[in-house]
Amino acid sequence: MEALSIEGTAKTPSVKFDGQEGVIEIKGRSIPENSIEFYKPLVEWLEEYSSTPLDLTQVNVQLEYFNTSSSKCILDVFKKLEAIHKGKSEVIINWYYEEDDEDMLEAGEDYESIIRVPFKMIEIVE
Amino acid sequence: MSFDVNEYYSKLNGGDVLMAFKGNISSELISNVLEVVESRMDDFSEHSKIRKKVYNVLVESLQNLYHHIETLPEEMHKEFDSKFGILVVSRVEDKYKISTGNFITQDKVDILKNKIDKINSMGKEELKDMYKFILNHQRLSEKGGGGLGLVDIARKTGNQLDYTFEKFDNTYYFFNLDVYIDIA
Repeated sequence: MEALSIEGTAKTPSVKFDGQEGVIEIKGRSIPENSIEFYKPLVEWLEEYSSTPLDLTQVNVQLEYFNTSSSKCILDVFKKLEAIHKGKSEVIINWYYEEDDEDMLEAGEDYESIIRVPFKMIEIVE
Repeated sequence: MSFDVNEYYSKLNGGDVLMAFKGNISSELISNVLEVVESRMDDFSEHSKIRKKVYNVLVESLQNLYHHIETLPEEMHKEFDSKFGILVVSRVEDKYKISTGNFITQDKVDILKNKIDKINSMGKEELKDMYKFILNHQRLSEKGGGGLGLVDIARKTGNQLDYTFEKFDNTYYFFNLDVYIDIA
């Protein structure tokens, strides 16, 4: 299936979803006033990918900032990944946070406690 | 006598102010404010941990305004923009202070007051549980608001949300919210 690639902006993250490699990346800032519109194609892409996923899907989430409007949409993305993980395919979510950014670590832990997919918390040391 | 919004704004707009605005709260305005405040904090060479907290809380404060602001009726337009709100970001002693203000209709005062009082009565763990519950159970509104903004602000700052409701006329109250972020 075709890869999904979106350039980042001041309020939205860069996105690279690669079905051939099984690598999914969301990076940057996610602070749009209304995040539903931005995340819709991501959820739709995952819906399609979930019919023929690779044996292993690696998910890299490296956000500098995200707002509460995005937090729900990110949960929707993770719920799609949870459905894939429930099947025969393995999913790993790598949650990156900058050194000292306890809020971002805690946000990752919130998702980890809601979503039944293995999370790996990765500290970025400058 | 009705509450004097302009006088209130002038009072806020003193001290070490990074950014002050009154007028129409739009998506473009939010982008501009974020850019200005971010660059001002760079000038202070503020620690990245504090910078991020201020930025995060500012995003939520502004977007709370954006999502909940009332469209004011024609007869108030002489004095106020239709999506009128105020914002002042300042540095006071060992804290950043983010003040926002907007009109709300009288029928919403009690609901909002109860919500803030409830948040203020909660500890760190309770706020975390409340955040996760809303995240997992409440749908986004059409405008993209999620009912999480105030809970998120309380969690990130660890401080009480200070507020007042001032009677403006028979329909409207002016809602002021002061949020503090500790520097140390």
